[in-house]
Amino acid sequence: MNIRKASTHIIATALIAGSLAGASTAFAADSQFIGSLVYRTGPYAPGGIPWADGFADYINLLNERDGGINGVKLSLEECDTAYNTDKGVECYERLKNKGSTGMPAVMPLSTGITYALLDRVVADKIPLITSGYGRADAADGRIFPYVFVPPATYWGGADIAINYVASQEGGYGKLKGKKIALVYHDSAYGKEPIRTLEALASEHGFKFSKFPVPHPGLEQKATWLKIGRQLRPDYVLMWGWGVMNATAIKEAAAVGFPRDKFIGVWWSGNDADMIPAGKAAKGYKSLQFNGVGSDFGVHQQIKNELYAKGKGSAKSAEQTGEVAYNRGLQSALILTEALQAAMNHYGNKPVTGEQVAWALDRLSITEDRLKEIGADGLFDPIELSCVDHLGKGRAKVTQWDGKQWKAISDWISPNSKMLRAMYEASAAQYAKEKGITPRPCG
Amino acid sequence: MIYREAGEFKTSYQKDQAILSIRQDNWFMWAIMAIAFLVIPVISSEYWLGTIMLPFLILSLAALGLNVLTGYAGQLSLGTGGFMATGAFAAYKIAIAFPELHIVVVMLMSGLIAAGVGILFGIPSLRIKGFYLAVATLASQFFLIWMFNKFGWFTNYSSSGVISAPPMTVFGDNFVTGPYATPVAKYLFTLSLVVFFALMTKNLVRSNIGREWMAVRDMDIAAEIIGIKMLPTKLKAFAYSSFLCGIAGALWAFVHTGSVEPLAFDVNRSFQILFMIIIGGLGSIMGAFLGAAFIVLLPIFLSNAPAMFGFNISVDLISHIEFMVFGALIIFFLIVEPHGLARLWQILKEKLRLWPFPY
Amino acid sequence: MRIERDVMYIFIATLFLMVAIPWVTGQLSEEIFFEWPFFFEVAIGGLLAGVMYSLVALGFVLIFKASGVFNFAQGAMVLFSALTLVGLNELGLPMWLAIVMTLVVMLILAVVIERVVLRPLVNQEHIILFMATIGITYFLDGFGQTIWGSEVKILDLGIPSEPGFYFDGKILINDFDLIAALIAGVLVITLALFFQYTRIGRALRAVADDHQAALSVGIPLKHIWVIVWAVAGIVALVAGIMWGSKLGVQFSLALIALKALPVLILGGFTSVPGAIVGGLIIGAGEKIAEVFIAPLIGGGIEDWFAYMLALAFLVFRPQGLFGEKIIERV
Repeated sequence: MNIRKASTHIIATALIAGSLAGASTAFAADSQFIGSLVYRTGPYAPGGIPWADGFADYINLLNERDGGINGVKLSLEECDTAYNTDKGVECYERLKNKGSTGMPAVMPLSTGITYALLDRVVADKIPLITSGYGRADAADGRIFPYVFVPPATYWGGADIAINYVASQEGGYGKLKGKKIALVYHDSAYGKEPIRTLEALASEHGFKFSKFPVPHPGLEQKATWLKIGRQLRPDYVLMWGWGVMNATAIKEAAAVGFPRDKFIGVWWSGNDADMIPAGKAAKGYKSLQFNGVGSDFGVHQQIKNELYAKGKGSAKSAEQTGEVAYNRGLQSALILTEALQAAMNHYGNKPVTGEQVAWALDRLSITEDRLKEIGADGLFDPIELSCVDHLGKGRAKVTQWDGKQWKAISDWISPNSKMLRAMYEASAAQYAKEKGITPRPCG
Repeated sequence: MIYREAGEFKTSYQKDQAILSIRQDNWFMWAIMAIAFLVIPVISSEYWLGTIMLPFLILSLAALGLNVLTGYAGQLSLGTGGFMATGAFAAYKIAIAFPELHIVVVMLMSGLIAAGVGILFGIPSLRIKGFYLAVATLASQFFLIWMFNKFGWFTNYSSSGVISAPPMTVFGDNFVTGPYATPVAKYLFTLSLVVFFALMTKNLVRSNIGREWMAVRDMDIAAEIIGIKMLPTKLKAFAYSSFLCGIAGALWAFVHTGSVEPLAFDVNRSFQILFMIIIGGLGSIMGAFLGAAFIVLLPIFLSNAPAMFGFNISVDLISHIEFMVFGALIIFFLIVEPHGLARLWQILKEKLRLWPFPY
Repeated sequence: MRIERDVMYIFIATLFLMVAIPWVTGQLSEEIFFEWPFFFEVAIGGLLAGVMYSLVALGFVLIFKASGVFNFAQGAMVLFSALTLVGLNELGLPMWLAIVMTLVVMLILAVVIERVVLRPLVNQEHIILFMATIGITYFLDGFGQTIWGSEVKILDLGIPSEPGFYFDGKILINDFDLIAALIAGVLVITLALFFQYTRIGRALRAVADDHQAALSVGIPLKHIWVIVWAVAGIVALVAGIMWGSKLGVQFSLALIALKALPVLILGGFTSVPGAIVGGLIIGAGEKIAEVFIAPLIGGGIEDWFAYMLALAFLVFRPQGLFGEKIIERV
């Protein structure tokens, strides 16, 4: 009887959702199309749902409040990838020519899909925006003209983490002889910070050890026995993904490793990763390239304009403060700011991917602009150029208090000089293998 | 009526042994070839060629490889993804180390390397059978992916462990890999390779090797008693199967996506290929293609269907319904015809023989 | 249960290697830290983790034994049962009632599977039935998420996750692992008693031995299948509760099936004790390998090592440690 009840419930919601969506997509013919690759289903859905909600809410907010961008309505279409690369490529190909001007930019939200699209976006002239994931060396805009990586990269993240550890210990000089371990998802994503950390280890004289966790990371007892009972490092960094995060935190608790010496990258810092870990997660820290909580002007507007009228994407207005939700907001913000800049230059009509790439090449989201939006403190200002596709690359350290994230540091800058050299060297190797001639900049 | 072969006489042994011995089959096959080579590239959109036909063809090739091993030689394997990864990484290493080599040579060499790895992991099949073997081949799957992930040498020490295909041409300026390759060029290149290997496989399974494989599949003890040597026969099946899977993996990495990480060939890929041959029909060349079509096209169709018919359902519900319908259809087809889509096709042909007359 | 002599030899050899190899690598390499208390800690941790694998493997064994079906959907059943339990609990039912209701749901599921999938496919080849269970997997994954959503849900049994107690002052043992192992142990003993001493259990064993003979002495095959799938559903629920409280109830739970497969082939597809012993060997083996061997070759070897270990056993015993001997006739 429960199933029947639930199924009638499903049919009812399907019908309601259907009629709502039907009403909302009936836009004017010359609206700006926005394609969004999301994962609302599949093994990683808990982290993907809030992102998709945040992204959709910001787009809907612009439509509701301002009637779109510069008077051009935005028409959003989602495509569910289930975090599956094959499906993601299919989604991209399906969406890329929709609307009057095609997809203005793609945000694949997955390392695998990002790599699968690298060649395609060059051919299609559609910018690929990978906020806090994807190829770090795409920060070199001369070799990756269509790839943008604001606001942060994994290499920068690794540097920021060590920077934070040094500040905790009382300066880089105190790092000598310390033991720092990295627990990482054994994939392209997880391996990104290793080279940076190795370089930092030899520079500052700490002992760096790495512990790969095979995908999907359901079992980590052996790893944590090695870390917590044998190596006993001073700090543990984590590049984890999905269910691996909660498992790692639980196993860290089981071997008694102090959670406040345990720092995850932003993808190890979703609310959905902390909840299953329960009490064990209290004190755990994570880097974030955005602010946390929902006490910002933009949230208030979203609540007033959307949730008060029952038009919000998330189940309830309380979910608007989740970290992944804010990340979705930020991605939408980067995209819409670029759209606006492109429209200011090319005229107030739907713009193409190439025009958005032009705008992204000189994207400037200043502190004042953020204030205007109601997102100062939530996001870091972003300045991009033809050469620099990254911006400042700063991040904050946040701590889980058992219920929510609390920021415990200000924006921390990575060591741009060292990283810039690394980006350029790595990009140059890619250019050599792929036979790419760097484009001239300025 | 349509399919009646009455009046067709074979006057030579050669004619009797033709792959398509019936005139109608022959016409049909030529028609399909003409459509595939001439019509589809002209009428299809970029989306169809690049997103649907290309993965379909490449996975068909992998399914063909697995069908040789599982359908013809009776060795259940879940190591397909590992062998595809071997092909992909071998192709990358060869293409980077010897940039002057032609892409077809690179593909063949990567296939040969995958074949060698296949032989190595095929050895346990001498003792282990059935589902035990299937699970045991997962060892090769997990080991190979781990290996490509772990040792920087395979990726030329790229920090993320991702390989990217260099731009390569077939002849002149016709790029088939890299950003400047057109979907049509990619499609035609892949199609040619797949057709060639399908023909080769068809002939191979009709030869004495193929008959040995089938004897082993049907009852290996009996086959041994009539003088078929187990070791070479089973290993030949592993080698040829991995050869095809390796080429499929190289095509996937080079022609389809351009950049791959080892996880693109994880255990789900192995399962996917196995599903294809079971749904399509074990021990049938046609089955590999039909199964690949079912597994690749159906989910895409299902996820596009609501929009096509004008329903606007939220994307997560579409995904869930897609899963449910896909699962239900698998069960439905198995109940209708447990021996796969290829068998359905045969039944259809039998029916067409008499149609529209009852006798 | 009669233990054959070669199984005994394999056991002794395994035990010896499991101790000897870490000791040797510990002496040879400076990176590997070998000390007896630490070794025992790893081994005990591994054994306890192995019991968790056995829980999942058990479901596979039950169904394979009684109906010859390699049930790929076991992982999906674990997820589905856990989702249902937590979902019902969130709707406001007390925990005990939610558990009872979930059991009812799993029973209904078993009836439906028997009616819709197994009955039309009776007497088909194993691989066809295997494929049919894949259809069930897809269906359940979609169905469960449609009803209960894809968000992560908490299942808190109130077992503390902080360090447990120190045995002998040196060896750390985790409370959660210990309780999970106890529950698994109780489940296995119950199942063993059920199979050994009840009427239904005897009928199940008869069906497992020979379908036709069982039919001819009047055992209703259809009912037996429903019962077996329902029992597998119960086992899935227990596994779902234990794994769900460890990882949170989310889609990833379905992936634990992959951890159960090496256990299954090592112990043998048809043996309940095999699933337990297999779990223990795989659990201890992979943990010991990860801690004492992996640092030499780069780490992260747990996954394939479990399969390689199972493969090594299969080379000596192609039917698994306790599987029924495969007798072939021409």
